[in-house]
Amino acid sequence: MQSLTLLNDQQVQLALRRLARTLVENHDRFEQTVLLGLQPRGIHFCERLAAEIRSIIDAPLHVGKLDITFHRDDFRRHEEPLKASPTEIDFLIEGKKVILVDDVLYTGRTVRAAMDAMLSYGRPENVELCVFIDRRFSRHLPVQADYVGRQVDSLQSEKVSVKWQATDGKDEVVLFTSKGSI
Amino acid sequence: MSTLQTDHLLGIKDLSRAEIELILQTADQFKEVINRPIKKVPSLRDITIANLFFENSTRTKLSFELAEKRLSADVINFSASGSSVKKGETLIDTVNNILAMKVDMVVMRHSSPGACLFLSKHVDAKIVNAGDGTHEHPTQALLDAYSIREKLGDVEGKKVVIVGDILHSRVALSNIFCLQKLGAEVMVCGPSTLIPRYIHELGVKVETDLRKALHWCDVANMLRVQLERQDDKYFPSLREYSMLFGLDKQLLDSLQKEIVIMHPGPINRGVEISSEVADSEHSIILQQVENGVAVRMAVIYLLAEKINRS
Repeated sequence: MQSLTLLNDQQVQLALRRLARTLVENHDRFEQTVLLGLQPRGIHFCERLAAEIRSIIDAPLHVGKLDITFHRDDFRRHEEPLKASPTEIDFLIEGKKVILVDDVLYTGRTVRAAMDAMLSYGRPENVELCVFIDRRFSRHLPVQADYVGRQVDSLQSEKVSVKWQATDGKDEVVLFTSKGSI
Repeated sequence: MSTLQTDHLLGIKDLSRAEIELILQTADQFKEVINRPIKKVPSLRDITIANLFFENSTRTKLSFELAEKRLSADVINFSASGSSVKKGETLIDTVNNILAMKVDMVVMRHSSPGACLFLSKHVDAKIVNAGDGTHEHPTQALLDAYSIREKLGDVEGKKVVIVGDILHSRVALSNIFCLQKLGAEVMVCGPSTLIPRYIHELGVKVETDLRKALHWCDVANMLRVQLERQDDKYFPSLREYSMLFGLDKQLLDSLQKEIVIMHPGPINRGVEISSEVADSEHSIILQQVENGVAVRMAVIYLLAEKINRS
């Protein structure tokens, strides 16, 4: 397995700041906007993003965690059993603008399930998608992100891993390639 | 652990501690689901489940059916009254006929102990035991453990007394296995005629004085006297039973300590438990019913994961 660093800690920080500023530009003081991080990996990105937004605007920001396990379309088709994580949404999303936040956008199936899961909590006014890494040309469903940290062109056999300071020790985006695949 | 080792839920006796904990953790997620504005997830939309109730039930049947529907499974219901069982059809024939209609899972209650085990050996479907005679009632024990864990934080190290008709109770047997596997201490309490002779071999304490038992315990699980299963007289009168083994407010207050009161239902108010106690803040009887749906969703979900698609 070969690995290639796509973004180092400084580049991660730059991308985070850019995303936060773009979000503030579009959503002003987040009065009608909430952030929903997707379990399990999207919540770390969501927390970092929320921290950046809070450093720009001084206003209460609603941040939740959404688990999509029971809404996935690969139940009993997965080799490893699916394990659910907690959903924590202590605010109403009815009539709000919801920004779904995940670390990697790949096939689009997770986002499809997330929209399904989110609708169990109410009917938002509109929904946007913010991802840190967009793996282009690998979509199974017609899903596109509104905010992207970095676009990556990768093969199906490759794996993109986003690491965060709080959980993995440092900020980094790494591309893993199995030997001989290129 | 992220998957069950067992293919059927026949009894708690067959489960490991890790499997019980997996079911309880999964139930945590489903408890959140059933408190959403839209209480339904699409996980089991390609699964068909038959509920076969050869014996009367209100709570368990409704709870299973609701759990199945919350998971988006297709459900067919069957009860022995008004069926061909009365015309002399055997259990296997009845079930095979139902399976011929392409059913993936069977939830069964039957008056004969071992009926679910028998079925699991002869039909190709996941079997969930919803009570087999005086043997086991595994989902009740799981929801009881879940409710204790929810109320007291943990089951490990807690002292639980099961009071009443231990001899005829499948709830008692499943509870003993489940609580012991999770590290609780278990005592049974009741008239000596309603306590199985060799029950101490399971490692449970035996007490015939309700007051002493209540002083010892953190949780009291009050069972109903199962008059319908009693083919003999086990105590002189219900009134005497109630005086010696019924829990009322006066007795509860005299303990001068907080204990959690549970009851698997149906309650015979004024016999094993007084109305005041059943409706008091010590009682978690209605929480048990709510948790029952979440726990049954977890059991069905985890077993459905093991159904072969091909």
